[in-house]
Amino acid sequence: MADTKTEVAPQLIVSASPHLRTTDSVEKIMYSVVIALLPALAGAVYYFGLRALWVTGIAVVTAVATEAAIQKCRKVRITALDGSAIVTGILLAFNVPPGVPWWIPVVGTVFAIAIGKHVFGGLGLNPMNPALLGRAFLMASWPVMMTTGWSVPTGGTTSGVDAVTGATPLMVIKAAMRDLALGINVEQSRAIVESAGTTKAYLSLFVGSVGGCIGETSALLLIVGAAYLFYKNYINYRIPLSFIGTVAILGWIFGGEGLFTGDFMFHILAGGLILGAFFMATDMVTCPSSPLGQWIFGFGCGLLTIVIRLVGGYPEGVSYSILLMNLTTPLLDRYTKPKVFGA
Amino acid sequence: MISTITRTFRGGIHPPDHKALSAAKAIEVMPLSARVVIPLQQHIGRISEAIVQVGDRVLRGQPVSKPSGPVSVSSHASLSGTVKAIESYPHPLGQAAPAVVIESDGLDEPHIDFAFNSKYMSLTPEEMKNLIADAGITGMGGATFPTHIKLMPPQDKPIDTVILNGAECEPYLTSDHRLMLEYPEDIVHGLRIIMKVLGVTKGFVAIEKNKPDAIAIFSELLKNDGQISLCPLKVKYPQGAEKQLIYATTRRQVPAGKLPMEVGCVVQNVGTAKAIYEAVAFQKPLIERVVTVTGAVREPKNLLVRIGTSVRELIEYCGGFTEEPGKVIMGGPMMGIAQFTLDVPIIKGSSGIVVMSRGEVKEYEPQECIACAQCVDVCPMNLMPTLIVSYVENERWDLAKEAGIMNCMECGSCAFVCPAGRNVMHLMRFGKFMVQEMEKAEKK
Repeated sequence: MADTKTEVAPQLIVSASPHLRTTDSVEKIMYSVVIALLPALAGAVYYFGLRALWVTGIAVVTAVATEAAIQKCRKVRITALDGSAIVTGILLAFNVPPGVPWWIPVVGTVFAIAIGKHVFGGLGLNPMNPALLGRAFLMASWPVMMTTGWSVPTGGTTSGVDAVTGATPLMVIKAAMRDLALGINVEQSRAIVESAGTTKAYLSLFVGSVGGCIGETSALLLIVGAAYLFYKNYINYRIPLSFIGTVAILGWIFGGEGLFTGDFMFHILAGGLILGAFFMATDMVTCPSSPLGQWIFGFGCGLLTIVIRLVGGYPEGVSYSILLMNLTTPLLDRYTKPKVFGA
Repeated sequence: MISTITRTFRGGIHPPDHKALSAAKAIEVMPLSARVVIPLQQHIGRISEAIVQVGDRVLRGQPVSKPSGPVSVSSHASLSGTVKAIESYPHPLGQAAPAVVIESDGLDEPHIDFAFNSKYMSLTPEEMKNLIADAGITGMGGATFPTHIKLMPPQDKPIDTVILNGAECEPYLTSDHRLMLEYPEDIVHGLRIIMKVLGVTKGFVAIEKNKPDAIAIFSELLKNDGQISLCPLKVKYPQGAEKQLIYATTRRQVPAGKLPMEVGCVVQNVGTAKAIYEAVAFQKPLIERVVTVTGAVREPKNLLVRIGTSVRELIEYCGGFTEEPGKVIMGGPMMGIAQFTLDVPIIKGSSGIVVMSRGEVKEYEPQECIACAQCVDVCPMNLMPTLIVSYVENERWDLAKEAGIMNCMECGSCAFVCPAGRNVMHLMRFGKFMVQEMEKAEKK
């Protein structure tokens, strides 16, 4: 090849196409979720006082420290500040009552990060939402602390629903509905149920001036944050719509004394549905990737939530319903693949 | 006819287009090089057979190889000179491949006079087809499928629509854009020839809306045309992919694993249409093409280049690198191939040379998939890359096949959007290869 000698250009980089990539990253996604959770955190501080901030701060610091320590032990790259541990910390704090002792968020977060996430290999490999797993662990271990640490909101106004001090609206209504079914305290119970269906009651549920876990009370502020994630295209409408829609429809059909008399607005706004539907059921890692799978996933979450709320032992079922549906994600993805173009 | 509706397909991405670097640069004729390297394989199909020997004098447009089978095309000398060697030479597709090396005598003496035949539209479809085959034309958009094969659909697959692809959806590239601005009549003549060969009365010129000047020219040209319509396309990658383009213009879906003729369509690139016109009206073989040289070069240009000119010469003609080069890509940055040497020749499918500086080339440390499903949202073939890639990583070729991996056209949208920096496209490509291997093994 004397005549046509070629020269290898050693400075050239050779790699497979495509040669252009997005500027998006896992960090950007995770920190966007953090930003999206801030309005609800601010609301929690307003309603429950600085205590909400301390609990959340403790959870976040514990989450990051736990992740770093485990990654060091596993001798893998330390990505504790990629935002995902922070999200887990915030979400765990959002799922505990504001009045819990300081070690509750610590234990819950350590469990969430260590058992919920790293036992399976870390971010991307966890089958269930770590924060919800942490909450489930706390609920099973310290049920009394996890269900009585409510405090009546100090900011904002109180309404008829939270007249019973230290209980969440869902607990109040559940007790009233049970009484109605058993035929005891009928008048008082009916008054409670009716007061929950007033515009004033909806409004306090919407803005968040009711008892509940730190981050779940204000539908308004959660939706503001979720809107940001929609705008960034990090979540889509399928799971929130099918989840909330299912709860609303089933709540309307079965939630009242007779069929089709349930208070669907109450079922949408009370408890952790808004937080769960927009921020936890949509957790990328643990929800299906296929569009049809996402619809089914949301429907399943809604169905289980209503079953737990209406006939289960707990007043609220959002977190368990998401955890159970998380386990169906691999199957849903496998059997709900979209139709290939031209197939 | 002018369609006023902007059409598109489901999925796709919006990469930064960088077209402003070269879009306003008129096509410039590149001076002849001292030497050209004509690979015997510039097309999909069987490699052509050399018909010249070392020492022979060849003239511009003279065939130097002949087809070795039905799906094969000849290559031609792109200038006059002496055959110096027929040997293995670096090929832009990445491997070394046999090529005819011609040293120019500087005379550029033509093989025949390439005179204009004013009665070319009176030629029979058969005669036209033969002229196109003799001219060694392949698709010039990048896939290099032999053009005459596309013009010979089997009897049971009637064609009713011809679509000219002027989408040019790859970032950076402007060669088709310039052709449409500077040679619109030739392109339409070429389309009429294709329509006559196929006996078709419905033609489309499909152009992405980021080229309003080209759309204006073709609307003027086609405003009273009863057969050919202009179809403006939404700006989105990969709008120019054959199946997506057919869907956008006709709403027909090419069945999975099948060719456009299944739905009565033939798609040709606008550059190919011009080459077809020149082959039929002038008997001119495909020996030159427009190449966009852009990116980190001093003066980005659209160059009319003889086939066989080396990439090194093109870059030097554009003033060289502005800074230390990282990647030199033949084709666009989405589907083009990163070269390891500058001594590869321009071939019939080379639409551009994109130089990325070292600073622009990012290295990615792939993270675990977080199942964000953005690849699912953008896949124009409706696949689930995230799922398929997990099958590939676990060597489950059976599941990958079941999930439709063979429908992947390798547009790279999935890898483009991946926030975890995963080599999704690479794994898909590897999976396709392994599925083919599995199928071969099953047949034995």
